[in-house]
Amino acid sequence: MLSKKEKKLIKEIWERLTPVAEEIGSDALLRMFTSYPGTKTYFSHLDISPGSTHLNSHGKKIVLAIAEGAKDISQLTVTLAPLQTLHAYQLRIDPTNFKLLSHCMLVTLACYLGEEFTPVAHAAMDKYLSAFAAVLSEKYR
Amino acid sequence: MVVWSEQERSIINSIFSSLDYNDAGPKALSRCLIVYPWTQRYFASFGNLYNAEAIKSNPNVQAHGIKVLHGLDRAVKNMDNIKATYAELSVLHSEKLHVDPDNFKLLADCLTIVIAAKMGSAFTPEVQAAFQKFLAVVVSALGKQYH
Repeated sequence: MLSKKEKKLIKEIWERLTPVAEEIGSDALLRMFTSYPGTKTYFSHLDISPGSTHLNSHGKKIVLAIAEGAKDISQLTVTLAPLQTLHAYQLRIDPTNFKLLSHCMLVTLACYLGEEFTPVAHAAMDKYLSAFAAVLSEKYR
Repeated sequence: MVVWSEQERSIINSIFSSLDYNDAGPKALSRCLIVYPWTQRYFASFGNLYNAEAIKSNPNVQAHGIKVLHGLDRAVKNMDNIKATYAELSVLHSEKLHVDPDNFKLLADCLTIVIAAKMGSAFTPEVQAAFQKFLAVVVSALGKQYH
């Protein structure tokens, strides 16, 4: 459960990171592909090598969706409705992978924010990303 | 049997040789207790763990964090036989401390974040993968003697 303070903190962080969405997103994806090679199977139709256009645009897309959700966390199910459908019926990414990307996103944030990624911010972010992933997989079955 | 490349060995040794145990240890343990509050169940005797500030400044947490981090030294020195190296510690965590082995991964993840925050861009995807592989082997070894 996210407290009011945590929701505000999450919203602020993602507002700050929106201008560097491409950098954050592509970094997190690259970390995931490197540590968890099985995740690459979902991208066999794209060029996901470091610095590639596909990697950058895809990373940007994902971060912007996460940032959009952060603007009003209480409305997550409404905000993510189209993405729920996409992931359930078209992409059909096994939801265990959401955990892997969330973890890599946390590592990216730690590298980017350094000491500013305090334990309190980390806890809030972990909760938010878990909630995001849970909503995303709601239409799976 | 775990196979380590020369690059992976070098990465692990480099991280640990430049590690400030007195800083990273307390940071990793306190982060674990804050991000995954249910882990506090094992530290009832530590005193005030009421909020993040209390946890971070708790001297028992700090001392224990340093101890736990030094526990990794033996794995670093015996990378080709981590399972045997930790057999005794695994028994201790199971029989005496009664720690759910799922918790090992939680602490490992927090340590990863602490190292990442310190190293910044030097914590590349490749360094992350090697470090996570090392911690996964440690976590697995610590859970091996549970029955």
